[in-house]
Amino acid sequence: MFDDFFIRALVAGLGVAFVTGPLGCFVVWRRLSYFGDTLAHSALLGVTIAYSLEFNIALSVFIISSLIALILVQLQNRTNLPGDALLGLLAHSSLAVGLVVIGFLTFIRFDVMGLLFGDILAVTVDDLYIIWIGGALILLILRLIWKGLFASTVNYELAEAEGLNPDRAKAIFTILIAAIIAISIKMIGLLLITGMLIIPAAMARNISDSPQKMIIYSIIGGLLSVIIGLFSSLEFNTPSGPSIIAAALFLFVISLFKIKQTIKLKN
Amino acid sequence: MSSNNNVLVKMNNAGYRHNDKWLVQGVSLSVERGKIVTLIGPNGSGKSTTAKIALGILKKIDGHVEKYTNKIGYVPQKISVDWTLPLRVYDFMILTENLDEKTIDEALSLTGVIHLKDKSLGNLSGGEFQRVLLARAISKKPELLVLDEPVQGVDFTGEIALYELIKKISDELNCGILLISHDLHTVMSATDHVVCLNGHVCCSGTPIDVAKNTEYKALFGEQASQILTRYEHKHDHVHTIEGEIKKN
Repeated sequence: MFDDFFIRALVAGLGVAFVTGPLGCFVVWRRLSYFGDTLAHSALLGVTIAYSLEFNIALSVFIISSLIALILVQLQNRTNLPGDALLGLLAHSSLAVGLVVIGFLTFIRFDVMGLLFGDILAVTVDDLYIIWIGGALILLILRLIWKGLFASTVNYELAEAEGLNPDRAKAIFTILIAAIIAISIKMIGLLLITGMLIIPAAMARNISDSPQKMIIYSIIGGLLSVIIGLFSSLEFNTPSGPSIIAAALFLFVISLFKIKQTIKLKN
Repeated sequence: MSSNNNVLVKMNNAGYRHNDKWLVQGVSLSVERGKIVTLIGPNGSGKSTTAKIALGILKKIDGHVEKYTNKIGYVPQKISVDWTLPLRVYDFMILTENLDEKTIDEALSLTGVIHLKDKSLGNLSGGEFQRVLLARAISKKPELLVLDEPVQGVDFTGEIALYELIKKISDELNCGILLISHDLHTVMSATDHVVCLNGHVCCSGTPIDVAKNTEYKALFGEQASQILTRYEHKHDHVHTIEGEIKKN
């Protein structure tokens, strides 16, 4: 069944969408989109290290992204630079270092476009295992830290005062972001992973009135984006990542009309 | 104060410094089961900071704090909820602990906002939001309630009712309450122990002790002192609008 590259891509993409749905909601709620971008950019460095040391790509990306997140926390504590400047510094320097390292690896043929924008042809059966088992683990851990993470997203002091340990939840959440980037980089590409996190969640925000609903709509939006995006990628021979993100954008635009309607109904 | 097992939180010579400026220092107090301790003091005197030290929100502190309970309900003074989050009153009620519908309804009814249960939190007025905050804090039946200006923005009649409710909760749940208020007038009747802050503990004791204290008078003026003591005598008469005095 998984012999066909397209079926593999579809199964992989749907697995990714199940995880980016809920994580993306938290990225939007906690205003972490630029943070997600920074981790994704640093993933290139992870990929190049994986190639040069003949190491598993997902694992290597996961380690490098977590490392960048740790460095960010250290820089925030030790410098007076604002958070967005530090994020920009890390995002672009890790992307640049990654590309420079690629330049040195002349013995390997690199598909840089595939890395940046995703390549459905690249998804292997092993990747499917990584995505579905890794994805299930991410969701399970998210479920375990849910209460503390959600409460501190609403109000940090309430969560801390009432014993929910928000700092621990935040640290674990950062690792989960690094993990989803690691398992979805082949499908969507490192420049567009943040889009997969944010756009379905933003679409869901437009049409939901409770956190649970927003998460469910965000997952559904992600799944639809993957299906529409991959089919059109096959049809028009476009790169898979941009096609998926364009489909997500299409759904977002539709959700805007829903808002207009509800405002009209209220009046 | 005795250090028996009724003590819920105990601060010993605690203080907090931010950017080399002491926000508050040298605070010693303890909150016991069934007792209401009130913090008073002018703006910037370190009332909220003291509450945050007691709750363990502030970490790098001077001195010692010991908490003897994990069942805590907190009403913060300022709460900035980010409205990128679609949140109904119901979702907010189960924020830190899962409660059944009946418990939630009871708490919302007590503070008079049961009709807002399915409303979006972002659409509430300041006073309504304050009532929801209080309902959330009491719904989990805490052993320690920390209330930082719990009735700000609530209308005058509601304010009195809510203070009565706070007193009732303290009796019914036998929980300890750390109350912060600048509203000397309303608070004092129910308080067991008053701590007057001005960057440090300026004086403390029963409401009547504090009212007589000269430092307190210097801080709040002679009039405030009269407000406090007024609660210490029983009213056996009422004043009519015309100025007559009627016996009860």
